[in-house]
Amino acid sequence: MAHADPVIDRPAILNEVHPAVLPRPELVTNNRDFTWITNAVSRIVEEPTPRWWWVMFGVAGFVASFTVIGLIYLVSTGTGVWGLANPANWGWAIVNFVFWIGIGHAGTLISAILCLLRQKWRTSINRAAEAMTIFAVVCAGIFPVFHVGRVWFAYWLLPLPNANNIWPNFRSPLMWDVFAVSTYATVSVLFWYVGMIPDLATLRDRAKSKAKQLFYGLFAMGWRGSNRHWSNYEMMYLLLAALSTPLVLSVHTIVSFDFAVALLPGWHTTIFPPYFVAGAIFSGFGMVLTLVLPLRAVYKLEDLVTQYHIDCMCKITLATGSMVGYAYAMEFFIAWYGANPYEGFAFVNRAFGPYAWAYWIMVSCNVISPQLFWFKKIRENTWLVWVISIFVNVGMWFERFVIAVTSLARDFLPSSWGYYSPTIVDIFTYFGTFGVFSVLFLLFLRFLPLMAMAEIKAVSPQADPHAGHNDHH
Amino acid sequence: MADNTHGLLAAFETPAAIMAAAEKVRDAGYQRWDVHTPFPVHGMDHAMGLRRSKVPRFTLVGGLTGFTTGMLMIWWMGGVDYPLIVGGKPLFSPLFAFPPSYELTILLSAFGSIIGMFVLNKLPMHYHPVLKHGQASRMTSDRFFVVIDARDPEFHPGKTREFLLAAGATEVSELEN
Repeated sequence: MAHADPVIDRPAILNEVHPAVLPRPELVTNNRDFTWITNAVSRIVEEPTPRWWWVMFGVAGFVASFTVIGLIYLVSTGTGVWGLANPANWGWAIVNFVFWIGIGHAGTLISAILCLLRQKWRTSINRAAEAMTIFAVVCAGIFPVFHVGRVWFAYWLLPLPNANNIWPNFRSPLMWDVFAVSTYATVSVLFWYVGMIPDLATLRDRAKSKAKQLFYGLFAMGWRGSNRHWSNYEMMYLLLAALSTPLVLSVHTIVSFDFAVALLPGWHTTIFPPYFVAGAIFSGFGMVLTLVLPLRAVYKLEDLVTQYHIDCMCKITLATGSMVGYAYAMEFFIAWYGANPYEGFAFVNRAFGPYAWAYWIMVSCNVISPQLFWFKKIRENTWLVWVISIFVNVGMWFERFVIAVTSLARDFLPSSWGYYSPTIVDIFTYFGTFGVFSVLFLLFLRFLPLMAMAEIKAVSPQADPHAGHNDHH
Repeated sequence: MADNTHGLLAAFETPAAIMAAAEKVRDAGYQRWDVHTPFPVHGMDHAMGLRRSKVPRFTLVGGLTGFTTGMLMIWWMGGVDYPLIVGGKPLFSPLFAFPPSYELTILLSAFGSIIGMFVLNKLPMHYHPVLKHGQASRMTSDRFFVVIDARDPEFHPGKTREFLLAAGATEVSELEN
């Protein structure tokens, strides 16, 4: 050994001090066995469609029709039906795009980053969170695709040979965004799907009807739980987690480049990439809580999504919310410290200008409301946690609104200043995306395994191969 | 009958039991055998004597292809095929080509990993003797199985059955092709 024996160098007192044994919280409570986990999750798709599902589906479909109608009107009339006009040629479309794509980030954080960090509590919520990611990216994608104006030429964004015989401009961060978002969507779908293969096999083996056997059987790829397969599967899962981690960080970094590479005061700052990523994870966890808490109550999954899980999610929301608050403060500090009058004005204008109302909604929702999660009493009050998660969602939408609109509406030249307002078409189109999201999420609930059964079993107390020696249950 | 036998399937009730059994099967020198579990049992690869998975090789190939494709594509499109000066910026620079190439690296690495998993596992395979067994539905739910292939040189219908029962199997049954 190159080093001296550490035991000799250690102060004698340390041999007498024993660290407190902190019991690890159980991730599956009430000593539920594997059969119970299979039944609890499979039951959700196997039981007859509940009445509330049809009601929700109807409402969601109705809300989604607002997006459809808004887009039909937009395409048939022209982008002028949106509130975009000089000086603000980026309005709700970009705000909604960033809002939805940010929501997706929590799903990838849970499935990838928490996997690498061995946060085993992720297993109960990762499937639903990944589904949320994909559906959020679908909603996000609607806006830039229609914002290009002539949506039937949207494929010009891709490096495909076209009639003009020219290629996309790769010097533009908007082009980077095309690659980032399409890669993100693809990898998220792949990660979600391969994660589901073992659970689809479970559903296939339990399916009673021929149609279900075919449907689940086809997508389960003939999975039979072989350990020789698990060995490759786990390696692949780890690699996908390792690939998705830099991916998710890069996606919102590149989204922030859409702003930061421009020279506009309030946008042209180096803090944007980390600030956007923190904000994305913050908003995503808000949405995860918004979705998971009702599901837990409706499907009685308290043994799988325990108070410990809620605590963890609240703490991440608190941490990322504090980072976002720090970023808001730092932006102001740098605007003053940088001594650039335009930059300084942009921030004073945000807080006290014509959009001050939006700025203060943002601050109260994003900076103040998550601070309540310091208190255990609040984290244990599911209703309150849910309400705060809604505040987070609202606040993060306003953050993107404040960033995109205030800088554009009042840039360098006071003679070109303006005040941007959305039109009813903007509002309808955005409102409808919540319906699009809900329709997709409800279909997911009905047909696919809501929770990663195999992964939950693997982290349950019974799964430890060394546990069976003393206790036989 | 012997021609139609795929092998023997032994059921175990707990992860601890299947681990102990897998170690015994490994030590008995069987080569063509497998363990079927509803979830990856921690430490089973070692208990079975499996080597490290080869999936990362596919990932590496995917990643290298992605990065090279991105860089070459952007260089060829903007620098060679249709040079167009925009904003006085260079026709090609690895700096602005980096973000798309980075994304393509990740995209193709992900495809590589998944294709690697499917290829190495010989999936999709929608028919397999193991899936035909009456207890197949518990294989993906709550029970643990060892399957020893009849083609294994060590395989003997009677002796292997006794060996599996001695290893703690609660039930041993024959699998048909």
